[in-house]
Amino acid sequence: MAEPAHNAQPSSVDGQTRRDFLLYATSAVGVAGTAIALWPFVHSMNPAADTLALSTTDVDISAIKPGQAVTVIWQGRPVFVRHRTPEEITAADQTAIGELRDPQKDADRVKKPEWLILVGSCTHLGCVPLGQKPADPKGEFGGWFCPCHGSHYDTSGRIRKGPAPRNLAVPPYQFTNDTTVRIG
Amino acid sequence: MSDFKTNNKVVAWIEERLPIFSMIQHSAIDYPTPRNLNYWWNFGSLAAVMLIIMILTGIFLVMNYTPHVTLAFDSVERIMRDVNYGWLIRYLHSNGASMFFILVYIHILRGMYYGSYKAPRELLWFIGLAIYLVMMGTGFMGYVLPWGQLSLWGATVITNMFSAVPLVGDMVVTLLWGGFSVDNPTLNRFFSLHYLLPFIIFALVFVHVWALHTTKSNNPLGIEAKGPQDTIPFHPYYTIKDLYGIGLFLMFYLAFVFWSPNFFAEPDNYIPGNPLVTPAHILPEWYYLPFYAILKSFTVDIWVLSAKLQGVLGMFAAILILFFLPWLDSSKVRSAKFRPLYRQFFWLFVLDCLVLGYVASKPAEGLLLRIGQFGTVYYFAHFLVILPIIGRIEKPKALPSSIANPVIKAVALVAMIMVGIAGFGGAAQASGGEGPALKKPDGGFSWEGVFGRYDKAALKRGWQVFHDVCSNCHSMRFVSYRNLADLGYTADEIKAIAAEKEVQDGPNDEGAMFARPARASDRFVSPFANEKAAAAANGGALPPDLSLMNKARANGPYYVYSLLLGYEETAPEGHAVPEGKLFNHYFPGNAIGMPPPIMDDIVAYTDGTKATKEQVAKDIVTFLNWAAEPELDARKSLGVKVMLFLALFTAMLYALKHQIWKDVH
Repeated sequence: MAEPAHNAQPSSVDGQTRRDFLLYATSAVGVAGTAIALWPFVHSMNPAADTLALSTTDVDISAIKPGQAVTVIWQGRPVFVRHRTPEEITAADQTAIGELRDPQKDADRVKKPEWLILVGSCTHLGCVPLGQKPADPKGEFGGWFCPCHGSHYDTSGRIRKGPAPRNLAVPPYQFTNDTTVRIG
Repeated sequence: MSDFKTNNKVVAWIEERLPIFSMIQHSAIDYPTPRNLNYWWNFGSLAAVMLIIMILTGIFLVMNYTPHVTLAFDSVERIMRDVNYGWLIRYLHSNGASMFFILVYIHILRGMYYGSYKAPRELLWFIGLAIYLVMMGTGFMGYVLPWGQLSLWGATVITNMFSAVPLVGDMVVTLLWGGFSVDNPTLNRFFSLHYLLPFIIFALVFVHVWALHTTKSNNPLGIEAKGPQDTIPFHPYYTIKDLYGIGLFLMFYLAFVFWSPNFFAEPDNYIPGNPLVTPAHILPEWYYLPFYAILKSFTVDIWVLSAKLQGVLGMFAAILILFFLPWLDSSKVRSAKFRPLYRQFFWLFVLDCLVLGYVASKPAEGLLLRIGQFGTVYYFAHFLVILPIIGRIEKPKALPSSIANPVIKAVALVAMIMVGIAGFGGAAQASGGEGPALKKPDGGFSWEGVFGRYDKAALKRGWQVFHDVCSNCHSMRFVSYRNLADLGYTADEIKAIAAEKEVQDGPNDEGAMFARPARASDRFVSPFANEKAAAAANGGALPPDLSLMNKARANGPYYVYSLLLGYEETAPEGHAVPEGKLFNHYFPGNAIGMPPPIMDDIVAYTDGTKATKEQVAKDIVTFLNWAAEPELDARKSLGVKVMLFLALFTAMLYALKHQIWKDVH
């Protein structure tokens, strides 16, 4: 159907025009219809309703002491909850914004300064950075170090050195009470 | 081939190394086709389109399907409820299977009517039969995958046929099962093969077309094309005619998908597979029914041949005999158009197949058994006695000298045959409908008809009935609190509704399980910890899950409505019910464990509607239907749009076809 049929003898020039018009109009409608019909198939690969609904994780933070961190799972990914020490907060706060690859103030990345909550997934290619456990390497800036390709994050989870393009993401969360935080 | 010319350098470069363009030119554009093919010749290309749709929808279904006995049923329900357009893809696939068989049966019968199996097209016929055989296997294994009651028991019955094989039968069956019953290993291997076989069909279709293009198409006159005046190029004449046919067919197919998606399905398959209970009526899909009738019609052992073995052999023979057709039919004339005797016996054969199919859908007793046995004998007699004889005694009419001479117009019956076969499915479906006529609510249900939608107010009232009454005993495990947004509840209202219940979660950091309030994303919390507890608390009778109740019973909404209103305080004379049971007109066997669940004013409706028991029944049935078919509103509204589009598109294709063909007619 790509080109006008050439085999039949058109009865007149007028007939030829009418047929060409029909051919192009029908082809256009057919192509448009097929394209639209593919959408349900593509869309079926997007997250399903039950996946989208699994949006929150509650974390009990009462037992996390300053300097400690826990990792919880949210939407299938690790989330870092770190109880920062005053020194870590100061270090994060006093970093000059100008020397950052992805400039962001520490105050914009936390709701309460002592609680830093991040998606634990390196913005380079998605490995989980080290630095949650006391014995882990924390990188040159005292935050996290990604062993896959050597990205260093600071005590605010901002990228300081290595290939990662952006800071560790901050998930949506809220403190439901003094000892519980709901992520998502 | 040699006549392929191009000025495009890239095309020429490729053509020199891989002659794909000349192949397309040769076999899809210039291919000389008899000029007199009627609409019965559309069904081959339609079947090819259907195969592509089946493979496409199947691939996307697999992305969300889990082949495990504990998860398969739930994963299919997740496809229906949560996956974007999952209901559409699944209904396209499940109805597509029936459509595929309708198309292929018409295609086969066309070949039989016009003698397309005769020399030199015997191999073409064989390859087609091979495709049909692989389709039967594929269809059967696909039906097992949802792991409903008929999946499990259909698989059990069909695999047990092989136990009829003498000596090694039981070993063969154990091998097929990978265990001692149809279980997880069986499901896994069926899934593997169900994914493999369509690609084998695809390859066979290529060989089929190859053979076709070697011998060229037969035609309604059954005489060979004698020269260029008898043929026209495939493109544009048959490309446009096939496309027009596809437009018409899609409307037929999608009418089922959007408005009666379970027409060909058995309600029992919406009950999860249970290895302890066989459904009362166990039926294969409609497209196997004639062969199933042959299987059932052998009832007497003859010498060492048990009735069981005879049935199995008879069934396989009924299919394999088709391979001998080119030689059993002794007439030299192909088309039934010129064979007055054969034409009548052809239609008798079609009738016999329909009768066999009908008989198979009913219990094998009394007169029907006799009819089935007679039909079986006639089926074989058609091939082994009638065809060889009429080929010799029949005096064919004079054949025209060439195709170009009388261009016949045989446009008819497509719709009639399709409706006939569709009715076949309906007959099989209605086979469970015994008992008194079902009650219908005044004014019917709001969601009936082409444009019918759920009545939101009735849904909310129905939810109130479910919440206050039904949910004290019944679970509804496929519906989540978040789904109540469909009824018009806000996020905060849903949160409050969910928080009424507690669910077990954990383990927490100390390793202990704990209870927390349910959330919107949780499924409806069941009233009992597990099925054993539910049965124990209800005198041993498990209150069934209500998620799919309206789909899992024949005429579901009317059945449930009637059941709720069908109690009798004292059992009628001669219908004594056991201790602890109650009499209900509509429940199978009449003795039901559930006490009358509704009565006037059992709930106080928040919207002020008077809660008569008829009103309550209508509302809860509406809610249950939403629970079973939450996609209904979206399905019908999409259906209207798709049909309008297809009507326009098909009309344009028809106009174009008319333009292209007017110089040929």
